[in-house]
Amino acid sequence: MTFFRKALAIVEKDIKAEFHSKEMLSVMLVFALIMLVIFNFAFDVKKQIVNDIFPGIIWITFFFSGLLGLNRSFFIEKNQDCLLGLMLAPVDRSVIFLGKMLSNFVFLLIIEILTLPLFFIFLNIPVPQKFGFFLIILFFGSLGFVAIGTFLAALAANTRASDILLPVLLFPVLIPVILGSVAATKGVFFNLPFSEWSIWLKILGVYDLLFIVVPLMLFEILLEV
Amino acid sequence: MVKMERGRVWDYFLGPLAYVVLSVAIYMVFVVAPEEKMMGVVQKIFYFHVSAAWVAFLAFFVVFVGSIMFLIKRDYFWDGISLASAEIGVVFTTIVITTGPIWAKTVWNAWWTWDPKLTTAIIMWFIYLAYVVLRLAAGEEEKTARFAAIFGIIGFLDVPLVFAAGRWWQKTFHPIVFNNPSGGLDPAMKPAFFISLFAFTILYIYLLVKSTRINLMQRELNRLKDMVKEKIYG
Repeated sequence: MTFFRKALAIVEKDIKAEFHSKEMLSVMLVFALIMLVIFNFAFDVKKQIVNDIFPGIIWITFFFSGLLGLNRSFFIEKNQDCLLGLMLAPVDRSVIFLGKMLSNFVFLLIIEILTLPLFFIFLNIPVPQKFGFFLIILFFGSLGFVAIGTFLAALAANTRASDILLPVLLFPVLIPVILGSVAATKGVFFNLPFSEWSIWLKILGVYDLLFIVVPLMLFEILLEV
Repeated sequence: MVKMERGRVWDYFLGPLAYVVLSVAIYMVFVVAPEEKMMGVVQKIFYFHVSAAWVAFLAFFVVFVGSIMFLIKRDYFWDGISLASAEIGVVFTTIVITTGPIWAKTVWNAWWTWDPKLTTAIIMWFIYLAYVVLRLAAGEEEKTARFAAIFGIIGFLDVPLVFAAGRWWQKTFHPIVFNNPSGGLDPAMKPAFFISLFAFTILYIYLLVKSTRINLMQRELNRLKDMVKEKIYG
């Protein structure tokens, strides 16, 4: 099996396990929806300001419900020493990282696709003209989030404090992704010319690349016994 | 043990040196350097603000290098340096983000602006605070050092991206309305500026040496304690 195929085997395992119980996805989904309602009341979303705050609302919702998934992804592996089983498999440790990252990515995308229409309906936002661009931003922003998120989740899960540690480790490091995703989304919703916000796609691209490659290199050290 | 004894010579030298240069820096800043025409006396914060920012950045760079060295050599000396440097860096970043608003309130009439440098400073503060928290929560000694080193590398690689993002954020949404204050530094102010830069650097090295030694002693003490415990109970 090639490197990538091995990683896909882990993704397949995660997705099968998740669709058996549907525990995590359902919690993430309900959480994202309740966030939508909370934001509506917290900001008293009106027509005049909706374009200004919508990018922030949507990304905070996705990142926070994504955080639930990340915490879960290595917690279930710690249970009954599944992680040890994975580590004993005759594969590179970096395969485990890539597989876990991709399955987190799939789960986050599922949540995003399911909740996105509801955001447009409940907050009364007209769909922007360049909706395709928004999907690209969604892809790169979520990829950056799960790349560094999966890595730090693995790190946090192996400490004594485990799940409460993750947000404190993750969010400061995530700042470029948060700024990039929100700013680029604003560009799309205000219908600005591409050249004015394309820099944010570049920043997201560099971030994604950096924080996929570096964790791939460091994961071996992280899972040392 | 040898490492410790050899290092001690530096204490006798660095401590007094830090004291002297800092005194000279204070004298230069408050007596020799002229008062800024527009900003008045509050401009003098600038000397310490920028010096602290420089030391903070230097300290986090040392964490980065120490982390890489630890992962390669697995020598706890490098872990001791990284921890010491991270803690000192957090203290100096705290100085940066407290002196900044005091200066800004008088000059810009706003406590805080999301200027890319200030943004980077406060995010660095959060990252290295997380570094310290991670060390407290990690568990065994070996794991603490290893995880901290990993996070020390990740955190430092993030800093340039934070700065780039902060700069573009300001350019897109908050066009720069203030003149850059650090731009034209009057030649008469330069000696005071460079001496305080130098003084802060010496202070950093002194604190680093001291604090690293404390960390290594702590480790040695824990090892001895374990040995005694083993003798009694084992």
